[in-house]
Amino acid sequence: MRAVIGRNVKISAEVQQSLREQFGLDKPVFPDQFLMTMKQWASGNLGVSWSLRRPVAEILLSKLWNTILLIGLGQILAIFFGVVLGLLAGWKRKTALDTGALIFSLIAWATPTFWLGIILLAAGSTWLGLPTGGILSPQNVGKPLHTVLPDLAVHLILPTLTLTILYLGEYMLIMRSSIVETLSEDYILTAKAKGLNQWQILWRHALKNAMLPIVTIIALNLGFTVSGAIYIETVFSYDGLGKLFQTALTKQDYPLLQGAFLLLAVSVIVANMLADILYTILDPRVKAT
Amino acid sequence: MEAWQRLKRNLGELWKSFRGNRMGLIGLGLVLSALAVAILAPWLTPYHPQQVIRDENGRGLTFAPPSVHPPLGTDDGGHDVWAQLVYGARISLTVGFLAGFIAMFVGSFFGILAGYFGGWLDNLLMRVTDVLLVIPDLPLMLVLVATIRQMQLKISPLTVLILVIGLLYWTSTARLVRSQVLSIKERQFVARARAIGAGHAHIIRKHILPQVMPLIVANTVLILSTAILIESGLAFLGLGDPTKPSWGTMLNFAFDRNAISNGAWWFYLPPGLAIVWVSLGCVLLGNVLEEMLNPRLSGHHLEGEAHIVKLGEAE
Repeated sequence: MRAVIGRNVKISAEVQQSLREQFGLDKPVFPDQFLMTMKQWASGNLGVSWSLRRPVAEILLSKLWNTILLIGLGQILAIFFGVVLGLLAGWKRKTALDTGALIFSLIAWATPTFWLGIILLAAGSTWLGLPTGGILSPQNVGKPLHTVLPDLAVHLILPTLTLTILYLGEYMLIMRSSIVETLSEDYILTAKAKGLNQWQILWRHALKNAMLPIVTIIALNLGFTVSGAIYIETVFSYDGLGKLFQTALTKQDYPLLQGAFLLLAVSVIVANMLADILYTILDPRVKAT
Repeated sequence: MEAWQRLKRNLGELWKSFRGNRMGLIGLGLVLSALAVAILAPWLTPYHPQQVIRDENGRGLTFAPPSVHPPLGTDDGGHDVWAQLVYGARISLTVGFLAGFIAMFVGSFFGILAGYFGGWLDNLLMRVTDVLLVIPDLPLMLVLVATIRQMQLKISPLTVLILVIGLLYWTSTARLVRSQVLSIKERQFVARARAIGAGHAHIIRKHILPQVMPLIVANTVLILSTAILIESGLAFLGLGDPTKPSWGTMLNFAFDRNAISNGAWWFYLPPGLAIVWVSLGCVLLGNVLEEMLNPRLSGHHLEGEAHIVKLGEAE
């Protein structure tokens, strides 16, 4: 109740009562309020945000793309470099590159996301003059997208770099152990016996099979990437879902919080489903079982 | 008691092979040194973390850079950063360790019961862990902590953190222990014990528990690193106890009070390094222990690579 009316406590009892009725807060939480919410959700209505006074679905949609841009860019870079470095590390086992990759991954795993963000923010803004936060410079807000692309890119460098560094290590490790396992398979021996050179073996035979675990991890990671987005968007005051979630929490804006949570849960489930489907396409052996 | 003596003997052998592992020794060193700092905090600094350090004119030293005195400089309120760091170790480690131990107890308890008795209990466990695996953990914890705070129960904020982290991170332990118990309960000595009339409680206590114990220990060390990282994250987002600042809370203060724009690197670098120090120590130690103790990993044709796969899963 306090959350709806803010800190203004000088509100008459009648108004309080009508507000309660308007939001259905006078009914018992279970089953009435619960069923009411379920009914609304089923019809695509996520309710109205208490603090922003706009439909929750509309707010979520407006922030969704910013987060997808950030996470997508970071993930693509992390996957690309992770796969390449993991491939090299697994291929050149027990070399300095391999050890270095392992140590890097361990340290990246042990580093808190937000702290890495803080360090990159401090270093980037002091020495490279990069912006300290936001998505666009204030004078560029509201201009057509194609005119402000350079500004957008400059703002994206640090948050994307943070995400990339953090997920790079994990993809690298998975790729490495996966390629090591694949290289011990019989068909690799066959390929060698056929006289293919190392590059052909690696590219045509090993890489495709070794990529399979990465697909699963990418899908499973989505839920954790969202956690990363909350930290990174907070550090870089990036206007996306993560920051929205944090704001909704501090303002006790429950409809907004519920909507954001629903969106996260649904996207994780959808991602897992897509990974399963993709898996059957990539690996015909899965279909057989 | 014979099984427990066997456990003791095994631990002795474990230490022998552990001594030769450089990664493991480094991990142990990192964890023990952090513990020592937390225990010895009052002897490591003349200041109290909330004490304002003043210059000769009696003015508070705000954002003073590191020097001989104070060694790590001061924060925006003139408090000694080094004092906050060593006392913060107590909070961070207490929350991390207690949460880790709760996860260990709950996970082992359900893992042993589900593995030993099977049936609907086992089904329930697997479904619950499935659900917890899919839900994004940080948003869930944020909502839980905030909701519990809302209820204004008489629980300290740190207790809320410990309970929420502990009660969400037990699933990996439970699954690991369960799979281990599934194989142990089929072994000969369990069948013999049952044949001479041993009850379930006796078999679990005397035969199952000593066998899974080493694995539980290794897994707990890995969980500790997650718990410490998560605590720092939640504290950074403002869910810590401002009167009992952990390393995460320090970073929250540093960020909110413009340490970055003031160039006060001594305020935001040390707490983060401390978190990396401890969680890296736990990961190294836990990976080495698990490699040595997890029967599913040792003897595999990928021996030596196996812990790397595990690390990926732990994320």
